[in-house]
This record gives sequence, structure tokens and C-alpha cells, in this order.
Amino acid sequence: MRYAAIVIGGGPAGMAAACAADGTKKVLIIEREARLGGILKQCVHDGFGVIRFGEKLSGPEYADRFIDEVYSRKNIDVKTLTFVTEIEKRDGYFRVTTTSGKGIESYEGENLILACGCRERTARQVNIHGTRPAGLMTAGTAQNLVNLQGVNPAGKCVILGSGDIGLIMARRLTLEGSKVIGVYEAKSAPSGLSRNLQQCLYDFGIPLHLKKTVTLVHGRDRVEGVTVADADDGMRPIEGTEEYIPCDALIVSVGLIPENELAEKLGIITDPKTKGPIVDQYMMTTLDGVYSVGNALHVHDLVDYVSEVAETAGKDAGRRKERATIEVGSRGLGYIVPQKVDVLNQEEYTVYYFRAARETGKAKLTVTVNGAEIYSKKYASLRPPEAERVRIKHLLKAGDEHMFVLEEEDDRKA
Amino acid sequence: MADLKKIKKKLVKAGFPDIEVSGANGGVKLTGEVGKYEDVLVCGALAVAKDSRGVINDVKVKGYVPEKMRVSAVKDDKYDGKSPDVLVIGGGIVGTAIARELTKYALSVALVEKEYDIATGQSARNDGMIHAGIDLKPASNKVKYNCRGNAMYPKLSKELDVPIEMCGQCVLYTARWQKLLFPLIKMRGAKNGIPVEKLDKEGVKKLIPSPGIKYGGFMCPSAGILSPYLMTVAFAENAAKNGAEIYTDTAVTGIVNDGEKITAVKTNRGTFYPKVVVNAAGVYSDVIAEWAGDRHFTIHPRRGVEAVLDKKARKATSTVIGKFVIKSSTGKGHTKGGGVIVTIDGNLILGPSAKETQERENEATTAEEFDEVFSKQVKLAPELKRSDVITYFAGTRAATYEEEFVVEKSPVIKNLVQAAGIQSPGVTAAPAIAEDVAKWAAEIVSDGKIKMNENFDPIRKGIPIPREMEPEARKKLIEENPDYGVVVCRCEEVTKGEIVEALRRPAAVAAVDSVKRRVRAGMGRCQGGFCTPLVMKIISEECGIPLNEVRKKGAGSEIAPRRTKGGER
Repeated sequence: MRYAAIVIGGGPAGMAAACAADGTKKVLIIEREARLGGILKQCVHDGFGVIRFGEKLSGPEYADRFIDEVYSRKNIDVKTLTFVTEIEKRDGYFRVTTTSGKGIESYEGENLILACGCRERTARQVNIHGTRPAGLMTAGTAQNLVNLQGVNPAGKCVILGSGDIGLIMARRLTLEGSKVIGVYEAKSAPSGLSRNLQQCLYDFGIPLHLKKTVTLVHGRDRVEGVTVADADDGMRPIEGTEEYIPCDALIVSVGLIPENELAEKLGIITDPKTKGPIVDQYMMTTLDGVYSVGNALHVHDLVDYVSEVAETAGKDAGRRKERATIEVGSRGLGYIVPQKVDVLNQEEYTVYYFRAARETGKAKLTVTVNGAEIYSKKYASLRPPEAERVRIKHLLKAGDEHMFVLEEEDDRKA
Repeated sequence: MADLKKIKKKLVKAGFPDIEVSGANGGVKLTGEVGKYEDVLVCGALAVAKDSRGVINDVKVKGYVPEKMRVSAVKDDKYDGKSPDVLVIGGGIVGTAIARELTKYALSVALVEKEYDIATGQSARNDGMIHAGIDLKPASNKVKYNCRGNAMYPKLSKELDVPIEMCGQCVLYTARWQKLLFPLIKMRGAKNGIPVEKLDKEGVKKLIPSPGIKYGGFMCPSAGILSPYLMTVAFAENAAKNGAEIYTDTAVTGIVNDGEKITAVKTNRGTFYPKVVVNAAGVYSDVIAEWAGDRHFTIHPRRGVEAVLDKKARKATSTVIGKFVIKSSTGKGHTKGGGVIVTIDGNLILGPSAKETQERENEATTAEEFDEVFSKQVKLAPELKRSDVITYFAGTRAATYEEEFVVEKSPVIKNLVQAAGIQSPGVTAAPAIAEDVAKWAAEIVSDGKIKMNENFDPIRKGIPIPREMEPEARKKLIEENPDYGVVVCRCEEVTKGEIVEALRRPAAVAAVDSVKRRVRAGMGRCQGGFCTPLVMKIISEECGIPLNEVRKKGAGSEIAPRRTKGGER
């Protein structure tokens, strides 16, 4: 039997894609963990689903809505504790080989939806030196230990990085009775969502230290302390500003990296800015029949959008016979997804997600086609940690020059 | 005996008139005080003499209190009264290779290691090269044992089921004229039986696709690579299988000798009464020698930092790349200058650096050392990026002032055999050193009437590695044990079956890092971010340890020592 689509990864993106696929055709979800849900399983805090469901759900609750849906669908098969070892592109289909306790099995699918999520950058990947003792870990690992395993790595800890997971763990560890000495951020602005800054730090009186970074970890068996220092504009420590802080854990939340090792093996081209594949408006990568969704595509800040994007891909799987894409150009943006538009198969509206390149005051986004403005939007302010979504009505043709330009408005002129 | 007056004169001339020079154990002993550690090194180097057994450098730095040797927090009398024929001190690659070699004789063998596991020092903190030895000083112990050890590895690899790859080492010229030196290099190789092949620029490019290739170089085809910690584990497992006892968390704290022989060895876990003692104590081998009664050398630790790169970076080269350094190629340098080293597991390593330090056990890295390593070695493969680096580590080499291995039957203490001052190329040399040391130890125990162990089994089966198997074999293995189908470490594709087996092996240690060294769980690009909780759970279930007591390394390194509110789960 050949599946219409094989979804690799049973987190929120994979499940949404599978559920959105044509219900009359067979879809397979391959998940390496024992249960569906992905990282949502360990996100016991609330705030998920505000946009999609209009209510604040916890991660497991949000996941459950999709898990129930997946298992109620007769067209969706699920393989858990199953790990993809190889993908081969054959003539018109893909052959996916897996390993599990049941043995080595291969599945065939006409389309592939890659929903492998992302991994966390580690302390050593942001130039932290010193020792490598127990108590030094990423925020996601700490979250797994506390929320899924019921054990707590920290008595008195320092958190490096003001990304959302770092902020959420600051609160979570505080609730577990651990002392969070402070959250340190090398950048001049916090990287997490504003609501998390409020609810996780300010409400608990946890100090946030901007332009400060950790340079050294001390202690051989267990963390005994860390050295922090002021950071310059390039996030490099400034000599002479070092300070030693005794603690027994350093939790790092210093960025997420989309997991695209499978995509790279297939020769799919990735965008250096998103670190995920380059896709068209249906999330199809540079290889026909292969889609990328969720945090493997680019790191999202809200799961609601993860579901939306994945559904677009799921609906499209197997629908288009051919495509012709044009580039989406940009200036002043951190990145934009999709990076290409298929002009043969456009719908009335196309959805774009972008991040500002830097923090702005009043700013204006102008979208042009062949130099003519077709859309614009004003923002009171923009922060790179918060992705923006725009829905634009346009019909593009092959050869069109399609540009997104973000400009900060000069108050003096106005 | 060395000319002590001459050495004193040299010291005076160099500005150290207060340093006292005397003879001890056939070596030259220095005492006194200087202002900085660099001066200690200068004095030590000046005391190296031809007709001396070595430098005993007791010159102190004013005001510096040396760190204490790390001793495990474990304290009991579990091993008190044990009287093995041979006691090996040190569970690095040298000590474990000796222990295995000793089990070929009809002897009782014990090995003590002060850390929580074997292979935690230099043996885990190096780049895993099987050196050709082209850069080593002719007629030295280093070159002798290196070349013998190099030749032993193919057989050992088969017996112990530890993969090696003789990928060769390509030494690149940094200027065109250097190719004129090739006949000299070739001659030098011939002296030690080391083959050397000329490579023109095109020849180099075939091996190293990197765009940075400017000139030709030469190839040492007898160089290779292995996992040094896996080899150490394999030596220990096979030694244990053949009857050796491996005691970790067991630190020697003192040795009783009567001036002629050792009568007792004290540890944090009781006193041993061995017939023969083997000193393979790495960076502490001079301290052990002192306690044993025959110190004639000094360890001056030399730190090295190395960076591990993502497997994706491996495409830069198919072979080990080194830069041509005239100093080391004439045998005068103390380091080979490092390079871009391919690893047996498919990564690249950049390094090592070399920095003298007073701290024998400081394994912390610094940004300066890392920067030095990266910016130096990246010149050999300029397409490598900092973002390719997944981790970095530091280790200390056990260098002596003679820059030479001490491999000897002690002429002073009759039941002491030493394998000390083993630094690079120690991994390569270890099996050959072990042969000689074990034979000497056996001779001392049996008074020359050596008896072999008829039941010695040289074979160790490695832990099955599903990711490297053909589909049929993999299928069969999973059928026999479904755990070999379940992937736990996603980056390195390590299965639950491998982890469980690593915990059941002889000389196994229930710690996350011990599992890592044995099966690579946590060694990939996420560095254990995803698999640490899973590995902890497996250790907890397999070894019956509560989850909050599962350790990363030794005592005191519990990863998540507290339970969350709400108690047991």
C-alpha cells in the first residue's frame, strides 16, 4: 500500500498536517517518542490556543485536541516509538525506512511532510567555557525533567537567555521551590514574548539582567557557580566586568535550531536565515512532494500558527500537478516565510510570516509587485521575537518582482 | 651520574642562583623557590642531562598552594586486605592495556582508578590518533613504543571489536620551498620504519576537498584513528573477563615502602598488599613514584583544548590534516602542532593546543584557548565555521622534562614497574608499553618462572551497533531483543538496547557520561538535550537507582537531585 502522505513527527505540526489532509486518502504519522504531542507534552503552562480556540489551554490540552482528532480519523495510521533511518526518493514516491521494537519497516508515500521540530542550542554552542558538570543543561531538558519525570535539577540557579522557554522555566522552577537568582540576557532586549516577561518574571520578582552573559561554568561534579560579565553590542563579554555568582545549576535558553538533517539528506535547500527549508506558500520545499512544517520550517512563537501552517501543507499534499515559483524578496526583515510563491496555483489570499530584523518604533511594511505598491501596513512597534502574520490578496505572474520592505518611520519628518 | 656542578652553573647563569641541585634516585633534584611558574619550567628544562634518570623538580612558586589530588567522596574499607599479585594504579588506556596484558599470565590482577570510571582523564580527552610517529625523536622510547603499538592495533581492533581506520595523515607544506625537505623526511621515516609518500598539490586535493589547499605535502599512510575511550573500555572489559578486578572510585592515598620494596598501598577504600605495583597514574605518576620510593622524573602538566565539529563538517577531508612544522619534524618540538583530525565516529576535531599549567586536573576550557585552537586549525580547512562546533573539551598531558616516556622496571624499588610520563603518542604506544610492563611484572612476581594463563581469551565482543548493521542483521537483532529497535539518542541513532547492554558489561558504571563514552548517547549535535532524561530513566530502571539519584559522573553529580512537589511519580 502507498500512503498519500507520510508525516514525520507527531507533534502539533505533524498532527495538524495529517488531520488537514484529504480524508479519503491514507496518511501515516511516524513519531519517535512513545506518545504523540511532541514538546507540548512537557509544556504544562497555559497560553496555548488563544488564537485558534479562543481559550488558554495548557500544552497537553492543546495537544490532546489534535491527538483525539488523529485517532478518530480512519485514514490516519500512527507509528510511535518509530524512528526514520532513511528516506529514498523513488520515481514518483518516497520510501521511508524505520526502526522500532517491531523491526525494520519501510513505507511508501507519494508526499512527505517533514515535521521534525527543533533542538536547543547548547551552552557550548554560545561560547560558554569552564567545566561541564551536572546542573548545566538547556531549558527544554530542565522542563522535561521537572514536568515529565518529576525531578528537579536546580536548588539555586541562574538562567541564561530570555527566550520563552527560559522565562517559563524561571517561573516553573520558582513554583517548585528553587531559587532563580536571575535571568541573564546578552542582548539589549529580551527575546521572549511580552506576556511571558510579565507573567513569568515580573509577577514573581525575578530579576532580568540585560546585556549580561555567562562566560564560565565552575564546579567539577556539580555546578558550583558561574561567572557573568557585561556584554557588548556583539554579545561578547567585556573584560573586567566579571562577577562570580554561586549557584548549583545553569539553565540555558539561547535559541532553537530547526532540525533538518533529513531534509538536507534529500538535498533540499535551506534558508540561512530561518535555518529551515525554502518553501512556497503551501510549504512545499525545493523538492517536489516534500513539505516542511512547524518548527522545522522556522521557529514559531505560537503553536496556533504552527497548526495553521501545517494545515496548509496537509491540504495541499497531492493536490498540485505542477508549479512555477517566483522569489519573495525582502528588505529590513529578519526573515520571511514563504520564500517563494507558486504562481500557477494561487489562492485569493496568501499568508506570509515575517520577523523584523531589529526592534523598531513606528514602522511601515510595504509590499510591491514590479515596483508598484499592492499592500501596506503600519506598526506601532515591532520586536524580532514576535513574528507577524500578514494575509495579502494578490495574483502574481511568472517573472514578477515581488518585494517586502520594512521601514522605520522617521518621527521628525512627520 | 649527571654533572651537578654544570647544571648549577647553568642555573646561576640563567638567574636562579638560589636553586639547589642534588642527586636523587639517579636523577637531578632541584629545590628552592621562584616567583613564577614559567621559572619552574625554565629550571626544570636546564636540569635535563644525558647521563641522568631525569629531573626531580621540586622548585616551588612562592605563595602557590598546589591543588590537592581529587579523591572520590566514597570512603569505606570494601577492598581492605586485598593482595593481588599485581596492582595497577591508573585506569587510563595505559593502565587498562597493562591489566589486560597481565591477564595473559597466571596472575591475580587488580586495577585501581581514582575517578568514578575508567577513561576519564587524558584517555578520554584526546583526538584518538594512531600516530605514524614521523615527528618523534629517533631512538626514543616514544618512537619505539609508538611504532610497535601502531603495528599492534589492527589485530587488537579485531580481538576487541573496536573499529580503527588507517586513514593516513597528510602533512601540508605552508610554503613551496618546503618540498625540498622531503628527502630528509623520507630518510627519517626509513630510520624508524615509517613509510612516507610524496604528495603534489593535486594529490592533496584528492584527499582533502577543502578549497584552502595551496601547496603539496606528504602522506604518512600508517597513521590512523580510533575512539581512545572505547579502546580503554575494551581493554578493561577484556581484562575483567579474564579475571582482573577493576576498582573505580579508588584512589591511592599513600604507599608504604621499606626502601627496597613496596609493602602496602593505601586507598580511600582500604589497604592493598600487592606483590608488584604498576604505576600508570598519568598526570599523578610522579606523585605515585615519589610515594613508591623511586621518583626520578617530574610531571609538568600540559593542557590541550580540542573542538569537536558536527558530522556535517566531515566532508572537508577524508584524512587527518597536519601542518608541516619544521621544529616538530626535526624532533625538537614538544607538540605535533595539532591539526584537523577526522574521528572514527565521523566528526572532525580541531586541536589540540598546548599550554603549560600547574593544575594537573583542571579540565575547564577557556575562550582564549578555544579561539587559539579554532583560528589556528581553521587555516587548514577554511570552509569550517564556528557554528560547526558542537562542543569542546580540555585535558592535561603528563609531560616530563625529558619529554620522554618512563617505561621501566625500577632499579630502586624491586617490586615497582613504571609506565609514567605517558603523553602523546600514548594512545598509540599503550599496547606496546603494556606488553613490556606486564612481562616485567610477571617476571618479578614469579621470580623469572613465568606461567601463562591457559584460559586467556583475547576476544571481546563489542556492543551491537544497529545503525551500522545491514538491514537483515539489524532485523534479526531486533527480533531477538526489541530494545535494539528503539532509538533513544536521535542525533547519534543510539538504541535502548545498546544503553542497557553498556550498563551490564564488566566494568560498567551507572552514570550518564559513562554510558555516553561507551555507546555515544548524547555525543551528537544536541549534546544530550533530548536523550538525557531518557538515558537517566534507563539507568534508573536497569540499575534500580531512584531517578533523582542518577548521576552524570561521580558522587555528587546527581543530575536532578530533588523531587518535584507532589512526590513520587
